Amino acid sequence: MPEPRPGQFFMIEASKGTDPLLKRAFSLFRKTGRGVQILYRIRGKGTEILKDMKEGSELEVIGPLGTCYPLPSVNAIPLVIAGGIGIASVFSFVEQLAGRAMVFYGARTKNDLLMLDEMKGFAKEIRVSTDDGSAGQKGTIADSLSSFLSNLHSPIPNYRIYACGPHLLLKIVSEIAREHKIPSYISMEEHMACGIGACLGCVVKTRDGYTRVCKEGPVFESKEIVW
Amino acid sequence: MDLTVRIGSLELKNPVITASGTFGYGEEYAEFLDLSSLGAVVVKGLSLLPKEGNPPPRIVETASGMLNAIGLQNIGIERFIEEKIPFLKTYDTKVIVNFFGDSIDEYVAAAERLSSVEGIHGLEMNISCPNKQAGWCIFGTDPKVTTEVVSAVRKATKLPLIVKLSPNVTDISLMARVAADAGADALSVINTLTGMVIDIKTRRPKLANRTGGLSGPAIKPVAVRMVYEVFKAVKIPVIGMGGIMHADDAIEFLLAGATAVAVGTANFVNPRATIEILDGIMAYMKDEKVGDINLLRGAAHAG
Repeated sequence: MPEPRPGQFFMIEASKGTDPLLKRAFSLFRKTGRGVQILYRIRGKGTEILKDMKEGSELEVIGPLGTCYPLPSVNAIPLVIAGGIGIASVFSFVEQLAGRAMVFYGARTKNDLLMLDEMKGFAKEIRVSTDDGSAGQKGTIADSLSSFLSNLHSPIPNYRIYACGPHLLLKIVSEIAREHKIPSYISMEEHMACGIGACLGCVVKTRDGYTRVCKEGPVFESKEIVW
Repeated sequence: MDLTVRIGSLELKNPVITASGTFGYGEEYAEFLDLSSLGAVVVKGLSLLPKEGNPPPRIVETASGMLNAIGLQNIGIERFIEEKIPFLKTYDTKVIVNFFGDSIDEYVAAAERLSSVEGIHGLEMNISCPNKQAGWCIFGTDPKVTTEVVSAVRKATKLPLIVKLSPNVTDISLMARVAADAGADALSVINTLTGMVIDIKTRRPKLANRTGGLSGPAIKPVAVRMVYEVFKAVKIPVIGMGGIMHADDAIEFLLAGATAVAVGTANFVNPRATIEILDGIMAYMKDEKVGDINLLRGAAHAG
């Protein structure tokens, strides 16, 4: 297996039978000495089956697939935005950035903030927000990012934004990045059948027309996306 | 063991081919299997001009199947010829180009252009797409229109011409006879079945296009029945497809009357599905002491 890079994903079999039929796409969460870990939220038939799987079970996996988060140059400051389960995709990137990343991490409630303590070890700073205010600031991370950037005094450092989360969050983050003229990279999600570029099911609209999330993505420069 | 089959004048080294729209232009699968081991590669449907396709969501999974509404997104015939044919020519397999048009004139122009290209061994007509001239009805559901479009394309090409039938008709045998009489050399049976999934939270269809084509194991019994009926109705070869996941499924189609089988949705689940199915067919032939694949064809009709 080629070395997986943060932002890439795997297609993982959920059943040997025909229902569910398709493999599921999961982001690389972490690399380990023995392989890779994924982090997922149980939200359907496939993840229900995965949850009940015994240790040592064998599953077909294809990957790593897709594009990765491009590393910022040494003089840039990476701002990493994680919305909800989007943490699964950016976690290893924060780890790779080894103390350089400023993380904006938002979730619905305190209980939905996964891996927060683990991330503290290799993030420069973490700003938490929750919808209900049960941890960190009450509100969305988009608000948090926006107020952070608006309160800066010039000269503005050389920032790069990286984000993964719900579609609406990515859209708002892209707008914020455009306003502040910060290059930004976002990880898009769409229903996927094959994960290898054949079915044309997982497209998003970009300046080049409908473009495959699995092949040209999942990480896109946000100015490419037509929202 | 003889695996060779004939689709009109086209000889395939074995009966396992790919279903259009599930195999791209072959490139994505080349890192998973040797394309030369396939009977033929049937490429994603092409039109004269590139087509953008439908907005997402384009696919939704269903019980033992999936619905797709890709909207025939493709790079157009010229770019295909320039960029994809050179790649496909490096493999020892037959290249069958699936194509469609918005009008009979477009079908004819596409067939003529494709026929002039070295490295294309056969054409497969998709007649399950809307006819703009006739108020968006489907070419493949009206026998009169089917006759017209197939006859016109027949005159435009000398390549083996396969017509892919829509299952969304009352009598598939009738449509099969119509296509055969209009000059088809072979028939692909079946295209996807039109379906819909509704999101009960948003109370709207899940696909942006509202409806989509159902494929996968869920449709297999319908497809086998249709191949069985078409085999009885016409003398030309039938390519069976619809939910083939394993060799056993493929063999059912052969027994129903198919000369060759196309693997579709299974490619999405397992990129090596085609060659695993071919291996399984050979194992079955060995077990059953069948020396020639052609002896299986239509065996279910006996007695």
